[in-house]
Amino acid sequence: MELRAENVSMRFFRKRGEANFFEAVCPVSLTLKSGEMTVLKGKSGSGKTTLTHILAGLLNPYEGKVLLDGTDLYAQSDVSLSRLRNEKIGMIPQGRSAVDTLTVYENILLPGLLYGKGEDRTAKAEEWMNKLGIAELRDAMPAELSGGELRRLAIARVLAADPEVIMADEPTGDLDDENTRIVLEAFHSIAHEKNRLVFIVTHESDVLPYADRVLSMDNGRISFPVSNT
Amino acid sequence: MKRFSPVTRNLIRKPGRTVALVLLTALLALSVFSGSIVILSLRGGLNSLENRLGADVIVVPSTAKSKTNLEQMLLQGTTGYFYMNREKLDKVRNTAGVEKASPQLFLASLRASCCSVPVQVIGFDQETDFTIRPWVAESCSRTLADKELAVGCRVSADVGESIRIYGVNCPVVARLAETGTGLDTAVYCSQETLQMLLDAARDLGHDLKISGSSEDVVSAIYIKVRDGVDPQKVADDINVHIRKVEAVSTKGMLTGVSDSLKAASGTITWLIAALWILALVILFIVFAMMVNERRRELAVYRLLGMSRKMLSSMILKEALLCSLAGALCGVVLGAALVFPFTTLIEHSLKLPYLTPAAGTILLCAVLALAVTVISGSAASMRTARKLSRVDPGTTLREGA
Repeated sequence: MELRAENVSMRFFRKRGEANFFEAVCPVSLTLKSGEMTVLKGKSGSGKTTLTHILAGLLNPYEGKVLLDGTDLYAQSDVSLSRLRNEKIGMIPQGRSAVDTLTVYENILLPGLLYGKGEDRTAKAEEWMNKLGIAELRDAMPAELSGGELRRLAIARVLAADPEVIMADEPTGDLDDENTRIVLEAFHSIAHEKNRLVFIVTHESDVLPYADRVLSMDNGRISFPVSNT
Repeated sequence: MKRFSPVTRNLIRKPGRTVALVLLTALLALSVFSGSIVILSLRGGLNSLENRLGADVIVVPSTAKSKTNLEQMLLQGTTGYFYMNREKLDKVRNTAGVEKASPQLFLASLRASCCSVPVQVIGFDQETDFTIRPWVAESCSRTLADKELAVGCRVSADVGESIRIYGVNCPVVARLAETGTGLDTAVYCSQETLQMLLDAARDLGHDLKISGSSEDVVSAIYIKVRDGVDPQKVADDINVHIRKVEAVSTKGMLTGVSDSLKAASGTITWLIAALWILALVILFIVFAMMVNERRRELAVYRLLGMSRKMLSSMILKEALLCSLAGALCGVVLGAALVFPFTTLIEHSLKLPYLTPAAGTILLCAVLALAVTVISGSAASMRTARKLSRVDPGTTLREGA
């Protein structure tokens, strides 16, 4: 599996200084491959989240293409792109991403239910809830959870779906050291043992030792590579 | 894998929002259903009154303040009695344009130990009658014998039972179809029976302000005019040429009732429209408020792979279920408000009121359900469209 960005950029049309827009992502080309855990680091506001959303098929770029195994994501119809996202891309966004009217367990099972695929994800859901320490919260509602628990819910939801592409935006932001270690080891082993494409966005340095490749972003511009561990 | 529907989960686990939507749509269905039933009942009452009266002109004594009293008696079932000399009948029969003229004599029973129920007793001439006989014939093909009664449908006595009037036990042999008017609370008998009742009343010492035999007086004369003759002209002729009587064209009387009915129907229609618009505006506001409340939640659904179409369909399904539940509640509530209080509505509107047949009621219920469900879903469509266009990337980034 290969995810390739070709000259993608993003402009937001808001007044910034002299201009009527600001360029969140300057034209960038980038290739991500399965079996690799890539980390994109950078300060807040550097454009990391915007680039991740573009790569995940969530935000149409101002210009450029995103190709997943040669398929141009943004040339797809909404129906095809949505289905592709559901089947192949697992995204852990920043902040709350739980559906408030579903329990923790239902939230984790939700992606598998959208297209009625009948694939039984309960075992995987149980496994990741146990690994991430939220098994006891199975029937709790999102409103009852702390920030860290919500984050682990979002991670469990993606890992239980076992997609070919995993993208995580500040996945360890709300986690304690122990859970940070568990999550990063999980991402690392999934990338290598299951040959998945893992892309992590962070501003925290404790993620870097797990990365196969580290990219850096500043003011919408990306620099390659910072290091290989 | 245990399957679940996000739609039902959303409805069950956001009870405040769901109840608000159900209540609003219930209000919509309630107004449409109960309003339609009341309007149809009023129209049914007028048609029934028109059919039952069966006469073109009615003549009553002028001392009876004719029209008002007659209308009150016919529409509201107010009991009363007024009399005029029988010679008026001959004069009426001799009036140009009169084809048939049949007398009726009224007597009111009392709320007293001598009488089972206070009712208007109407004695009619079985030989010349053309207004009551056709209705009696529906349940009793023979002529009424002495003491026998045909009763209006709201008189609480069944065929085979007896009603005691001034101490006389009168068997009920026929029960007339409902008209939704005061005629439903009257009882009908032959003139001979009425004479018997008059005698019995006198024996009991009741002063009925009637002198001599019932054969000498009449309360009202029902007239059928010849084909091509204007009933109003006949009524005018009678009023000019026969003293101390008031001839009323039933068409004119019914026009008055019809005008009142139109006014009442108009008010009810406006009321329904106002409630409908109010509920619809509130529904739009509630759904519009949902746009902001649910923006992030729906961005998460998009993130997980829901297409715009699926998202719209989910919001529409929620609205559809709420509207359906609300519509059912509204129709049931409407039925509970309208049907048990038929008499109260009839008395407060002072108009003939005949509840429609079960099939028509069912049709009204189905229409109210359809109108409500369509309105509720339509109100949600704008929100569904707006929310389905939520850009998940931007929304998740902004709300992070």
